[in-house]
Amino acid sequence: MKPHIRIASGQGFWGDWLEAPARQVEGGPIDYLVMDYLAEITMSIMQKQKSRDPSLGYAKDFIPLMERLMPDLVRRGIKVIANAGGVNPSSCAGAVVEVAKQCGPRPDPTRNIKVGVVAGDDLMDDLDALIGKGILLENLDTGRPITDIRDTVLSANVYLGAWPVVEALQRGADIVVTGRVTDTGITLAPMILEFGWRDDDWDLLASGTVAGHIIECGAQCTGGNCLIGWEEIPDMVDPGYPIIEAHPDGEFYVTKHAGTGGKVTVASITEQLVYEMGDPANYITPDCVADFTTVNLTQDGRERVKVSGVGGRAATDSLKVSLSYFYGFKSVGALTYTWPDAFKKAQRADSILRGRLERLGLEYEQILTEYVGVDSTHGRLSGRPDPDIPEVQLRVGVRAREREPVERFTREIAPLILNGPPSVTGFAGGRPKVEEIVAYWPALIPKTEVRTRVEIFEA
Amino acid sequence: MAGKKRKQRITTKKMSTRSSRQGGAATKRIQLVELAHARSGDKGDTANVGLIALEPQYYPVLKQKVTAARVARHFRGMIKGKVERFELPNLNALNFLLHGALDGGGTISLKTDAQGKVFSTALLRMEIDVPGSLKV
Repeated sequence: MKPHIRIASGQGFWGDWLEAPARQVEGGPIDYLVMDYLAEITMSIMQKQKSRDPSLGYAKDFIPLMERLMPDLVRRGIKVIANAGGVNPSSCAGAVVEVAKQCGPRPDPTRNIKVGVVAGDDLMDDLDALIGKGILLENLDTGRPITDIRDTVLSANVYLGAWPVVEALQRGADIVVTGRVTDTGITLAPMILEFGWRDDDWDLLASGTVAGHIIECGAQCTGGNCLIGWEEIPDMVDPGYPIIEAHPDGEFYVTKHAGTGGKVTVASITEQLVYEMGDPANYITPDCVADFTTVNLTQDGRERVKVSGVGGRAATDSLKVSLSYFYGFKSVGALTYTWPDAFKKAQRADSILRGRLERLGLEYEQILTEYVGVDSTHGRLSGRPDPDIPEVQLRVGVRAREREPVERFTREIAPLILNGPPSVTGFAGGRPKVEEIVAYWPALIPKTEVRTRVEIFEA
Repeated sequence: MAGKKRKQRITTKKMSTRSSRQGGAATKRIQLVELAHARSGDKGDTANVGLIALEPQYYPVLKQKVTAARVARHFRGMIKGKVERFELPNLNALNFLLHGALDGGGTISLKTDAQGKVFSTALLRMEIDVPGSLKV
């Protein structure tokens, strides 16, 4: 058994810094590169892409990234785990196999590059059978059954845990492409494999889960979006992305490559630990229930934090399902009013706009007005604005179940430039766009209803 | 960590404090931004705010003064549901769940801060009374 392994985070979401994965591979020794691509909204976008073209539905930019990194990955023996497969992991893996085939000389020419695929998270085709069995995927927030929105469901994916990824690695995969595997699972999996952890080593699994939570948002634990001492965080032009140095006993260190920017301190890690936190004693994943009130952080030299003492409990009998469904339409328009009386002008424009929408008899689920520069983020806590405030952006959003009233709203913004209050600018973008709203439906499903599949392809 | 120990700040602006005597004990009113840092995120229509003491000795003060009820009052009119509080003494931190904070949340919400990213700094605007002897 290796004394420790180094797991590097290369991507905190689909759209994160393109340079990060390459910097992780080239910047120093690592054993695994893990990348989190999937957010709830991502799944529905990918489902839409797949419905237009059955070969799509995954993070397409993962393929040129693999093209760029493959020679280095092979030479250095670095394994990759990424949930880039979205709603079409097999297609994604197929594209990666093609990249691997084109890859130049290998240290061991007799050994093929193996691409593992983890699937089985997609429940789209099983929904009616589940409903037939009385599994109604009740909304975790409202308690309503899925039958309320069955006709509008766009995607349905179970959050899988680390174990199917472990199987793919065990079967020799160099690159593991998954569908909806949890952000924490892709980091925990290599620890389970390398250290031989069992499926009831709850404290160890919880420790690996905490490691996954710390690095799942990339640089957000190494100085990115870090509030404490933010002005003094060095060289954020080139922030180091996090690396977990994991040990068999569950202790681990968070660090980053030497010479990179950002910072790794107890405070920067703590900010990430509390990010998107619910009940800290019950952080539920498919693999275990981690207790964040047991996490012990100590600074262990520059840019290095030790994490120890993590406790965990048995996993639950269910898995979380994230369904997306079509909800309606929205649009947001904005205009900028300037001194003198910037705020008053923006307020007057809002009341004129609302008056016109009302006269047209348009009905909305909501009309929301915010004044950027005055109250758009901290509301009434911001206090009264300076009467001499140089400029205020009027930002109005509307939402409706039907397209028509939202469409008409987008045509009522621009006229205000000529027929509303004076000193207005900032409309170069033209008419605001109508957006389709895809909403989320979180639910639980018994683990016994989910069948994961692992396949290995060779290049 | 070795080297000079200096309190980390999250704003360069010098905040004012107001001193008073209540029932004989000297207290001062201070804004949370002087005592804590914070990060927030979302889960559906709920925003979370993790409030982290800048110094370990501030944690008991935060625990005593920044109650769920006090936070609910701070955000009155801005959130629709209840406020829950969880303690993380191991991290000198409190975690708050602000239910119904995001106007439907995620993709439904029309808010600039639809994902609750800056409820963190909105909480740091809160003022609390602390013992006059507390070094800030």
